[in-house]
This record gives sequence, structure tokens and C-alpha cells, in this order.
Amino acid sequence: MSTNDKASVLNMRNISKSFAGVSALKNVDFSVRGGEIHALLGANGAGKSTLMKILSGAYESDEGSIEIGDASFKFVSPADSKRAGIHCVYQEVDTSLVPHLTVSENIFLDRLATSKAGAWLRWGGLHEEAQAVLKRIGLTLSPRELVRDLTLSEKQLVLVARLLAENAKFVILDEPTAPLSLEEADKLFGIMTGLKDAGIGVIFISHRLPEVFRICDRITVMRDGEHVLTEDKSKIDASGVVRAMLGRSFEEEFPKLDAKIGEPVLKVEGLEAGRRVRGVNLEVKRGEIVAIVGLVGAGKTELSRVLFGADSSERGTVSVGGKPVNLRTPSDAVQAGIALVPEERRKEGILVRESVLHNLSLPLLKTISKLGFLSGRSERAYAAEQIEGLGIKTSSVSLQTAFLSGGNQQKVAIGKWMGTEADVYLFDEPTKGVDVGAKSDIFRIIGKLAQQGKGIVYLTCEFAEALGLADRILVMCDGAIVKTFNRGEATQEDLLYYASAGREELA
Amino acid sequence: MKNRLLPFTFKYGALIFIGFVILFFSLRNEYFFTYNNITDILRSISIVTFVAIGVTISLTVDGFDLSVGSTVSLSTVITATMMVWYEMPLVVVLVVPLAVGAIVGLLNALLIVKIRIPDLLATLAVMYIVNGIHKTYTKGYSIYSNMPLSDGTTAPGVMSKEFLWIGQGKLFGVPFPVILMLLAVIAAHIFFKYTRWGRQMIMTGGNEEAARLSGLKVKRVRTLAYVASGVFAAIGGILFASRIGSGQIDAGAPMLMESVAAVFVGYSVFAAGRPNIIGTFFGAVLMGVLVNGLTMMNVQYYTNDIIKGAVLVLALAVTFIHLNRRKSG
Repeated sequence: MSTNDKASVLNMRNISKSFAGVSALKNVDFSVRGGEIHALLGANGAGKSTLMKILSGAYESDEGSIEIGDASFKFVSPADSKRAGIHCVYQEVDTSLVPHLTVSENIFLDRLATSKAGAWLRWGGLHEEAQAVLKRIGLTLSPRELVRDLTLSEKQLVLVARLLAENAKFVILDEPTAPLSLEEADKLFGIMTGLKDAGIGVIFISHRLPEVFRICDRITVMRDGEHVLTEDKSKIDASGVVRAMLGRSFEEEFPKLDAKIGEPVLKVEGLEAGRRVRGVNLEVKRGEIVAIVGLVGAGKTELSRVLFGADSSERGTVSVGGKPVNLRTPSDAVQAGIALVPEERRKEGILVRESVLHNLSLPLLKTISKLGFLSGRSERAYAAEQIEGLGIKTSSVSLQTAFLSGGNQQKVAIGKWMGTEADVYLFDEPTKGVDVGAKSDIFRIIGKLAQQGKGIVYLTCEFAEALGLADRILVMCDGAIVKTFNRGEATQEDLLYYASAGREELA
Repeated sequence: MKNRLLPFTFKYGALIFIGFVILFFSLRNEYFFTYNNITDILRSISIVTFVAIGVTISLTVDGFDLSVGSTVSLSTVITATMMVWYEMPLVVVLVVPLAVGAIVGLLNALLIVKIRIPDLLATLAVMYIVNGIHKTYTKGYSIYSNMPLSDGTTAPGVMSKEFLWIGQGKLFGVPFPVILMLLAVIAAHIFFKYTRWGRQMIMTGGNEEAARLSGLKVKRVRTLAYVASGVFAAIGGILFASRIGSGQIDAGAPMLMESVAAVFVGYSVFAAGRPNIIGTFFGAVLMGVLVNGLTMMNVQYYTNDIIKGAVLVLALAVTFIHLNRRKSG
């Protein structure tokens, strides 16, 4: 390793960044050497992405400096950062590729797009050059193939080929393995090792600890916008990393209401849908809160959508209250007594341009109308009841929901289901983007629903919430339930461990 | 001061503008603001208003229907041939074109909702097909009473008196098509404001995925909207045949643009910023007033289009400046 070669070390010093007064990064130091694979770890919201966006020029830092060797840089655009040899492969590969162009054209996109290329294209030469780059990373792919016909993993590799073609010195891989199968991930690791051998510094962001320990040389952990530690892989183990990621400042109070747990109300067997839901079994009893925890991309949202009929399943059965139900559309699910509070609140949970009144009554239009005519009185009465009962802060029922705060919008998204007499409530990340006060309101609402004998499925990547709220916790990883804990049995470390694809052999 | 004035302009600007236009023409020509001329204007816009109600409905579910103009044409000639070629009773004369309009709507819905072709492209294709059908059906001839047929004989039927009364008659001194139009506007307004199905359409158009995740059967709702659009275009066609007293080829060709213009001018009425029936009606009124007034002032006929286009641009500018301010604000 060329650790002594000062020219190939990238240093980020004292980086601070805040958004609208909220601090996202506080005096973070981070360094990568050429020819190493450096893992950057942290829970969701720890500041990894913000730091990497500053490095790749997408954001400007408020304070701090970036140095490569002796040269100091200030990146104000992604182009600046690329010129300095820093390239990023984002998780959404499709945003960086042009689907209807060939592999060659995509690899040399930047060159073709600038005037450097000259007026005429030499197709033969272009394809030959592309072939050479593909060979360097050991990819057997025709450069003439269209990118839209490639698999996701191949698209990633085309992006890697592109940054090689542009002589990258440092490479950021933002959770590249999340959507990949094991074999595909193996292939990527081979290529990452190739980059490292070529003297390139690789920054690797991942939630899966086993692969981090397999492939990386050094590990940096961030938490709450701060740098916690940087260690050689040999000097730390998985549990040490988990402790560093979670910290100890996590004692949040959860109002847990006592509810009588009754007979099973939701039963799911062998549910399969695509690559993100693979054989899920699930049972929820009346009055029970079952949390399904997992990292981003574990398949929680997909599971909730399949259970609500929003996406179709390939196999498996769902029954509500003992009766098997056929969930082809959300309307079937509502009929069967299932309600979903979806993750993407502003896109799916509420209609932001419509009033609070119209949002709240949306699933109830049939109940509040006679011969097709809506009863304004029952509609307003229902809205008033929910605004009062859930504590929705709004100046008027006819206010557009867009003007409500995140927490109050979420209460509207919950409130609209209160009148449907559903037996099963699915909550997908209901506290995302919600302030602390509204959070405990939402926990209390969920607790009350359980007291009324509803079955609750609470899907979250916030482990502390699951521990505080749930009667049972199921850990989901790569589309399957990998572990079940009863209340009080698990710690955050346990949950993160199983959620990061840890199995017994690593314990 | 400025903070108060702007929202006021957005909200009532369109109505004030209509008021000014009417005032302007009234001052220029004493005949303009008379009962006869006002009812004339209303009668002249009644057909476009029916088509525009259909366009409003399809736009409400966020779908553009380009095929309404050709549906008007098809419906007009079918109505006329029902009488002139086949001597059908009045009920059949009215029901057949309505059914054909509904079928065109179903075809649109099939392409857009089921096969998922983007709305503009699907209805563009259907526009061509329907246009071709109406010309093939009539072999390119306009249909009129006792018209000569290709085999040398004359057609047996005539446009019936009762039928012509629909488009030309008067009830209590008001032209019957105006009464029909006002009833349709009121009914459609009530539909959107006070019925479950109207609300479902508005919500589906607002955000289809969120509506679907609230348990609405959005596919059915969108299908119904396209069918309604076809049916209203067909009513426009029937009225056209009745008003003219014959089945003109390409009668609906200008209807598409006129009705779409009315709907988009309607966006700016009361700062709705979205398709709405009352706005559509005022949009149609504005267009009718402009044509009528300009004709009285002997402005060249083709110049009307320039002025109508400019008014549409103005209305759209006001609407979207307002919407974008609200979004960023």
C-alpha cells in the first residue's frame, strides 16, 4: 500500500454543514488513501450522505477544507470535484445513465458531451476503447449493447468503467450492494479490489457489516453528524462498530399503553413479491403491536404495499379475522379491513393540494353520502372529530394540507382511516420527518388503536421506536423475516446485528 | 397594499376582465348590450360549452382528451343520417349518437387506463380514427334533407321539426339550447361539488396514487371520466346538427380548440388553478363575447383567432404565475 505517498491522500478537515439552521455535520475529519477501501458507516441520518455530497461537489460545506496531497480544493459543483479526480456512483444508477445509448457511449458520455471530442465520431475506435476499459475491470459485455437492456448490476459496472475511463483517483460507492444479489455483489467486490490495486482510493458506504469486514481496509463510523472513530479493520469487531454507530444517547421515552391481546387478526403465509418480499410469514393478534424492523432497502415498504394490495404478490396467502382475502387492489384491502399509512406521506398518504376536510373524508365517501350525494354535515363532523381526537393543528378544515407541518400531515394520513373500521393498521415509517412532539402523539394514537383491539404492524428502520413500542419485533433483511424477538428480549445491538445480514456464525 | 391587491387580482381578475370586455363593446355598439344579442351570444356558445364540460371532466382526472372535436363531427353526421337516411324516431335519433360518444370514450379509456398509452397520444390516435370513420360513413358528403344519394335516388327522410326545435326553438323567450346549457352547467357543478363520484374524480386527478392508496377504484373513475367526455361531445354534435339543420362534415374540427381554450381560461376564474365547471362556463362566455363583439366592430373574421389566443395566453399566465407563487410561498 502506498500509504507514504502523500500525493495520493485525500483529507477532509473540520467539515461543518447545516441546513436551515439545523446542523447536519459538525467538524468532521475524514481521510482516504489511494489504494485502500475505506468503509463509511453510520445509522440513517448520521451524515454519511451529506459528507459524501460535499466531497462530490453536490453541496458546499459551510466550513472546513478538502485537500488532496498538498493541493487544497473548494468544490462548488460536481464538475469541480470530477476534475480533481473524485467520482461518485450513486445508488440510483439510472439517473447517471442514458438508457437508449450504447455501453460505449455511456462510458465516454462526458467526453462525447464536451467539445473535446471533435466534430466526428469514430465508432470503431470508441467501441474498441470501451472494450479495453471493460476488460480492465473484467467485464464481459459488448460495448455495443444498449444500456436499457442491462441488469442493474451491469449498469453499476458501466458506471465504474466510466470513472476508470475518466482517470478517477477517488471513488465513492454509495450503498452499491443494497439492490444486488450475493453473486452480483461478489463480482462488484472483485472489481473494487481491482480499483484498489490500481491505486484508487475507494470509499464504500454499506449497511451490511459482514461485507464491510470482508472487503475493507479501514472503517470510519459517524453518528449524529459527527465523526466517531476511524480504525483499521483488524483493530475492531462487528459489535464494536455497532456500539459506535448507536452511541449511548438513545434513551427516548415511549408512551406504551397496555392493551389486551386477543385472537389472531392478520395472518400472512409464504408471501412473495419480486426481489424485496421473499417468503414472509406473519401473524398479528388483536391489540398487538408488531414491529418489523430492517435497514433501508430491506423490503419493509414493499411488504406493506403488497399487504395493502398496492402491488401484486406472486405467491402466498393473507387472511384477516380468519377469512382469506384476495388483495388485488387497495380497494380490496380497505374492504377486507386493512389500512395503510404509507411511507411517502406527501406523495401517497395525503393529497397536498386538497383541504384537510377532503383528505380526511376520502376513504369514507361512501359512508357519508346518500344516493351519491355527499352529506356536508357528516363530512365536517367527522373531520372535526379527528382534528379534536388526534390533535391536528390546523387553522381551518378547508386549509390545504400542504400548509400543515409534517407531523400534522401525518395525523391527517392516519385520521382518514379512523372511520373505516379497519381491523389491521399498517404504519410504514410514520415518524419520518416528524418532530419530537408529534412523534409521541403518533405513538399514543397507535397505542390507542391497539387498545381498541386493532392489529398493528409498525414498519420502521428506527430500532429505538420498535423497542419502545412493540409487543413483538420481527427483523427483516433482504426481503425475509430473519429473527423474532418478544418485548424486552432484544437490544438495539441485536436488531442492527440481524438487520445487517448477520447470522449466527458471526456472533 | 400590494399583498392584498395581488390575491384579489388573481381571484377576480378574470371576471373583471370579462366585465371590461362587455363594457367596452357596449360603449362601442349600442346594440351589443341588448336582450337579443345576449341570448345570441349564449346560444352561440352553447355547443362549445357542452364539449368544454366534457373536456373539464377528463382534465379533472388529469387526462387530456383530444378526440372530442372528431366525436362532435361523428355525432353530428350520425344524428343527421338517422333521420335523413333511416327515418328513425326521435328517441333513436338522440340515443344512437350518445351511445357512439360513450363508445369513443370507452375506447380512449381502454387505451389510456388499460394499455397505458399516454393520454395525449392515445386520444390523438383516436381523433384520427373517429375523423376517418365519420368521413367514411358519409363518403365525405354533408347530410341534409332529401339529399341525392350515390345510386341516383334521393334520401327518404328529412330533418324532423321536433328535432330542429331542440337547437332553434325558444322556451319562455329563451333559446332552448341556452336552457339546456345552463342546466348542464348547473348539473355538472353539482356533480363535482356535492356528489361522491365528482369528488372521486377530483381526488383521482389530484394524485392518482394517493387516491388509490385511499381505497378509490381509480381505474373505474378515470374510465367514467373519458366516457363522460365522449358523451358530452356527442351532445355537442347533436345540438350542432339541430342548430344547422344538417349534418356538416368536419363540424367539430374547430370545437376542440375552442373548448380547450374555454377550460383553460376557466382555470383563472376565482383563482381555481384547476379545471372547474363554473370557470369553464365563464371561459366559454368570454370567448363568445369576444367573437360577437369583434364581429360587430367589423374586425376581420380571422383576426378573432389572434385575439382569442392572446386572451388564452393572458389567462394561463395569470394562473401559472399564481400557482408558482403559491408553491414557492
